[in-house]
Amino acid sequence: MLEQNLAALPIILPLIAAPIIIILGRSSLAWAFATFVSGLACLVAWELLASVLSNGVLSYAVGGWSAPWGIELRIDAANAFVLLVVASVSTLVLIYSKQSIEKEIDPSRHTLFYTAHLLCLAGLSGILITGDAFNLFVFLEISSLATYTLVSLASDRRCLTAAFRYLVMGTIGATFILIGVGMLYMKTGTLNMLDLAQRIHLYDSSRTINTGLAFIMVGVSIKLALFPLHMWLPPAYTHAPSAVSAFLASTATKVAVYVMIRFIFTIFGADHVFNEMSMGAILMVLAVVAVFKGSYMAAVQSNVKSVLAHSSVAQIGYMILGVSLFSAAGLMAGLIHIFNHALMKGALFMAVGAVFYRMGSVDIKAFRGLGKQMPFTMAAFTIAGLSIIGVPLTVGFVSKWYLVVAALEQNHWIIAALVLAGSLLAVVYIGRILEAAYFNEPEEGQKTVKEVSWLMLAPMWILVLANIYFGVDTSLTTDAAQRASEMLFQNSQEINALMESLHGTEVSVAQEVSP
Amino acid sequence: MNFIFDYYNYWIVVFLMMAGFYIVISAGNLVKKVVGLSIFQTSVFMLYISMGKVSGGTAPIVAEGVTQYSNPLPHVLILTAIVVGVATTAVGLSLIVRIKRAYGTVEENEFEDKDDAI
Repeated sequence: MLEQNLAALPIILPLIAAPIIIILGRSSLAWAFATFVSGLACLVAWELLASVLSNGVLSYAVGGWSAPWGIELRIDAANAFVLLVVASVSTLVLIYSKQSIEKEIDPSRHTLFYTAHLLCLAGLSGILITGDAFNLFVFLEISSLATYTLVSLASDRRCLTAAFRYLVMGTIGATFILIGVGMLYMKTGTLNMLDLAQRIHLYDSSRTINTGLAFIMVGVSIKLALFPLHMWLPPAYTHAPSAVSAFLASTATKVAVYVMIRFIFTIFGADHVFNEMSMGAILMVLAVVAVFKGSYMAAVQSNVKSVLAHSSVAQIGYMILGVSLFSAAGLMAGLIHIFNHALMKGALFMAVGAVFYRMGSVDIKAFRGLGKQMPFTMAAFTIAGLSIIGVPLTVGFVSKWYLVVAALEQNHWIIAALVLAGSLLAVVYIGRILEAAYFNEPEEGQKTVKEVSWLMLAPMWILVLANIYFGVDTSLTTDAAQRASEMLFQNSQEINALMESLHGTEVSVAQEVSP
Repeated sequence: MNFIFDYYNYWIVVFLMMAGFYIVISAGNLVKKVVGLSIFQTSVFMLYISMGKVSGGTAPIVAEGVTQYSNPLPHVLILTAIVVGVATTAVGLSLIVRIKRAYGTVEENEFEDKDDAI
């Protein structure tokens, strides 16, 4: 029974638990229950990944209605991998949040925080494992609405305007996706992703399909905060409670990147998107600009959370750059960076939240002399910061390495050089904070503080140690990412083969073509 | 002229969509922004609903003597999207209530000035 319905559990568990938390009422009880449920979801995700890696794709018909009529949950190497990232980060953030939200969220809203967090987790898991394009939109909105609420929970009033701006942008993005899916449905009469993929190529040069593609790509780009549609992200992550920033920065945008990969490779077919619609060139330029604009903005901020938020825009640039290279190696680099960035950004936001817990401020001035006063927090910040820069023995190095290799494979020397130059900018923005923490004396009159308790340090350090562990032993991440990217490319090639048989024309093999 | 009349449902959709989008971008008042957002979403509902129409088909209720029905699926889909739209509007409006309490205004340019003063 449980075995059969395993695929639905990552959605069902948090969705059922969320209203129960409101009934529980007491904050500490709600915390324990939410953490327990999220931990269960994490175990299920682990089980699913193991099962997918050994037995192949898992398909589940919701309510017993088989695809393509009913909604299909479809778990393969790509989404099981991202699902595990989302569920683990959620669990760690929940452990961390117990103390962190004491200072940042009004006590009467603590249970609501846990409810919204689990709803967001349910939505994100739903986006990942659904095999139905319309269902994806519904889960996208579930997670987004929970996200707006989470952002608006902070006690600083600026979070309200940030959340409102996020709501407007997010709704426009989701509605664009809805329009795009509607256009696909008009032409093909189906919503199941695999069914769509097979039928789309009957109408290959149809203007409706291509307009739908454009709407979906713009909508998803808003959701994943690709330059120049990223304006909602920095204020939202800056003013949200630290626990929320840590969770969103390491999951929400990553899931949107996954949605983009899914639409490009599984539904439309990479060859069509990159060669005929030349999306690759557009994405590549935007990604490179995102890297530099994001890193530059990060270097001039004085609010450390704002530094990290702008740095997120840059890191999303790296992921999209990997995707836009249009090769199995590039896609793999993008997927690895999804995992790695979750580890580093989660740890960084947690460290900043710990500083806020003690200092009551996240301005760079508040960091002066903290290297001595909060040694464990600042050590965590340092290691995760080095990982963002891409220093060897950290996960950041692994992502940059695969990205540069993928770029060189296609003789994109300039892209490779730009990736490395982007890392130099990361040295600047992380270096400024480290300089304040270790080499500046505290300002006169600044209070001396103690280290935070283990409840905040433990999840932070688990992420930091994961940063080092997966930086040294890359077999698990690269294996999973490689399997996923091979599978996605195979999807694309199957679509190509289908087109070939339909049109009787020669379509070159995707991997050999450079964009 | 046929180009306009044959596709009149799409013209309505495009008009509503652009009108809503323009309001969202241009309005400084947050309530107006939410109104624009709702109009924008409504246009997409129209798009879905009108695409379910089959020429000569009736309402999709089984009845004697009827062989051709309209496609009910887009209507059902849009029922879900309407619920999502209502929820979005509700969250947006409740945010506006809290913004009004915190800033004393719902005009975008005014509360931006107030934050700079801090």
